[in-house]
Amino acid sequence: MVRPVVAVLERHLLLYRRLWRASVFSAVVLPVLFLVSIGVGVGRHVGEVGGVGYLAWIAPGVMASTAFQVAVGESTYTVLGGFKWGRGYHAMRAAPVEVRDMVAGWLLYVLFRVEVAVVVFLGVTGAFGALRSPWAVAAPVVAALVALAAAAPVTAFAASIDHDSYFALLFRFVMIPSTLFAGVFFPVEQLPQVVRPLAYASPLWHGVELSRAATLGVAPPWPVWAHVGCLLVFFVAGVVWAVAAFGKRLQD
Amino acid sequence: MVSAMLAARLSPSRVGAVVGRNVGALRSGPSYWLVLVSGFFEPVLYLLSIGVGVGALVGDLRLPGGRVVEYAVFVAPAMLAVSAMSGALAETTFNLFFKMRYAKTFEAVLATPVRPLEIAVGELVWAMVRGSLYTAAFLVVMVALGLTRVGWALAAFPATLLVGLAFGGAGMAVSTLMRGWQDFDLLSTGQFALFLFSGTFSPVGEYPPMVEVLVGLTPLYHAVELVRGLAIGELGWGLLGDVAYLLVMTVAGLAFAARRIHRTLCV
Amino acid sequence: MAVAVAVVRGSVVGLCYGPGVSEQPLVRARGLVKRFGDFVAVDGIDLEVARGEAFGFLGPNGAGKSSTMRMIGCVSMPTSGELRVLGMDPVREGPRIRARLGVCPQLDNLDPDLNVRENLTTYARYFGLSRARARARAEELLEFAQLQDRAASRVEPLSGGMKRRLTIARAMVNEPDLVLLDEPTTGLDPQARHLLWERLFRLKQGGTTLVLTTHYMDEAEQLCDRLVVMDGGRIVAEGSPRSLIETYSTPEVVELRFADEADHSGKLAGIGRVDPLPDRVLLYADDGDAAVAEVHRRGLAPSSVLVRRSSLEDVFLQLTGRTLVD
Repeated sequence: MVRPVVAVLERHLLLYRRLWRASVFSAVVLPVLFLVSIGVGVGRHVGEVGGVGYLAWIAPGVMASTAFQVAVGESTYTVLGGFKWGRGYHAMRAAPVEVRDMVAGWLLYVLFRVEVAVVVFLGVTGAFGALRSPWAVAAPVVAALVALAAAAPVTAFAASIDHDSYFALLFRFVMIPSTLFAGVFFPVEQLPQVVRPLAYASPLWHGVELSRAATLGVAPPWPVWAHVGCLLVFFVAGVVWAVAAFGKRLQD
Repeated sequence: MVSAMLAARLSPSRVGAVVGRNVGALRSGPSYWLVLVSGFFEPVLYLLSIGVGVGALVGDLRLPGGRVVEYAVFVAPAMLAVSAMSGALAETTFNLFFKMRYAKTFEAVLATPVRPLEIAVGELVWAMVRGSLYTAAFLVVMVALGLTRVGWALAAFPATLLVGLAFGGAGMAVSTLMRGWQDFDLLSTGQFALFLFSGTFSPVGEYPPMVEVLVGLTPLYHAVELVRGLAIGELGWGLLGDVAYLLVMTVAGLAFAARRIHRTLCV
Repeated sequence: MAVAVAVVRGSVVGLCYGPGVSEQPLVRARGLVKRFGDFVAVDGIDLEVARGEAFGFLGPNGAGKSSTMRMIGCVSMPTSGELRVLGMDPVREGPRIRARLGVCPQLDNLDPDLNVRENLTTYARYFGLSRARARARAEELLEFAQLQDRAASRVEPLSGGMKRRLTIARAMVNEPDLVLLDEPTTGLDPQARHLLWERLFRLKQGGTTLVLTTHYMDEAEQLCDRLVVMDGGRIVAEGSPRSLIETYSTPEVVELRFADEADHSGKLAGIGRVDPLPDRVLLYADDGDAAVAEVHRRGLAPSSVLVRRSSLEDVFLQLTGRTLVD
């Protein structure tokens, strides 16, 4: 059954036509500004990390974290709102749209949003001369993995809570620490031994290492299959949880 | 003129009632408590990541005055100023807008003898109470990490209050102009741009000259300069200019906001 | 006028309906139960809805009407008992059933971020209509809902009546075999209600099968060929509006209000069945005017007197001892 998935995706895209201007700022302009401020501004004091300039070193990390943040940010208020304020999911439910179609259509939409942001960002990164390997073409694929690994569980979380103040906790205790300590700005080896496993447990770290491997043409710390496997585990577990959470919410 | 306006309309007990409503709302939801407390961690996490983590890559930094400090010492006061700014802005823009447009909190409040300006001041006082708890806690962390001394921390604390007031007043003025949620995207984009380019992560002197001039006009730059100057004990006449900038911003923001609230709600 | 036609159609359908009907019912329930924890929302009901019928659930809030509707709409699973919708099992074939249903829920769930037309086209796409077909269908339904000039408007500024018409129009997008309407006019002003009734009546005339819940007796009388009265999760009576009134009430009812608070039931005894309510006394009679004459003859001086035709409200009062609204 492909049809309902497409219809759900279309519904989200229809909405996006109204909102895209604002999202261009947050998803495209901000990461670039970030790159300039930290990569260029702080970078001149850093010198080289891992054999390359700081800008080239953090650029793939910022790309992965952009994918991560767009995916998490999209999958919060919008998902909860679809149940709570707009009740759009209840309307889909009354039509013959299955829960799995809703989840799949939604994740496809998030993927679309992430890829737009990431491809533009990679273009800018390239202009800064920070792409050092032909493997950089694989970076959007990595971003897609990160997006799905983050969006699926967050969507499930958003579908299972009642009040949006939990999002502030998600942002502060999960999203921001991930962004700050998952190897985007400095190597996780600098973290104290005790907290390092937390970074390994974040899907963002795997995404950062894979995209760094892609844009710099170096081998990631773990085998590629292990990083990809971790991201897929997040994705699959998130989808299972999301389907269950949607189903429960739309039941009684 | 503004002070005359303030004296004519303000009743401390009614302002207190507006603040009290916020405290009551805080007590009613356990998750709101957690959200409030968690607000403290955000700047600390930034400090640990950029200040300590990236700081290890940077090493030492030479200040414009010639003094050489650890990168974390340079970044920490900026995080403090940013924290004062974002705390005040969150309370006076997003929350204020929500209360005004959706929760209809103010419509109910204005059916009582409370005046619009008292709402504005009450909300700002609340933002300040909340913000000052964050900055005080952050200063304790800075002292504990050896990034400033107790004396300078005490000097920097009132400066963070002024920063909070200035951004609180400006935030209120801005939120009365908001048309819808999409405008908040613009606001947070602007806020984030200030965060990145106000001499926060690297000295402004290193920016291209044109950018440096532009940054000199923006409020967070003055906030960072003032708080940093006090926190690391680099005093200069320039700090008075920063203080003046923030004072004007406070008064102008409040006066504008009060007029707008009056016009929107009391027709 | 509409009432008269409804009654005539009701009797026609009534003739067709019965054990001899060859076509299987669109909805068939046997011993249907819905429990939420300890609370029994629906307590073993039996019912059948035939094609072309307008079938109503009448009852106060909490009677189990909406729970029953949600089970028929395949969004809530029966706790026990048997349910067949369009001849299929809602537990196993929910999507197939929903594809042929139109659902208008109690709470409007229109998409607030889309405009009126987009609400219709997007919903049509959920049912797998092609884009061209969805657009064409949206135009037809805009006309049906009398919202052509609001097609590009957002949903939020629409009046309650407009939103409800749009929700009903949206429910028609797949040309459903069966339309479920959960309290279609609750919360609307009288004018909006009448407009909506007129629209629903057109659907009925076009042969659409309607199942609706209501706690307004006038709505049930206007729209339903046949209805069940529900109370406390059970069906307490069943029939056409007219037959229910004939069975459980008298042709006319006299409403008496007295200035004093005294109990006048004793003095009224023998004129007809007497029902003392907090604010008035109901007197059931075959001939209302004759009953009023008798009241005055007995020396009673009510402050106001109203003679009216008997309604479903009276039926409900008789069956449950309570009024429908509050």
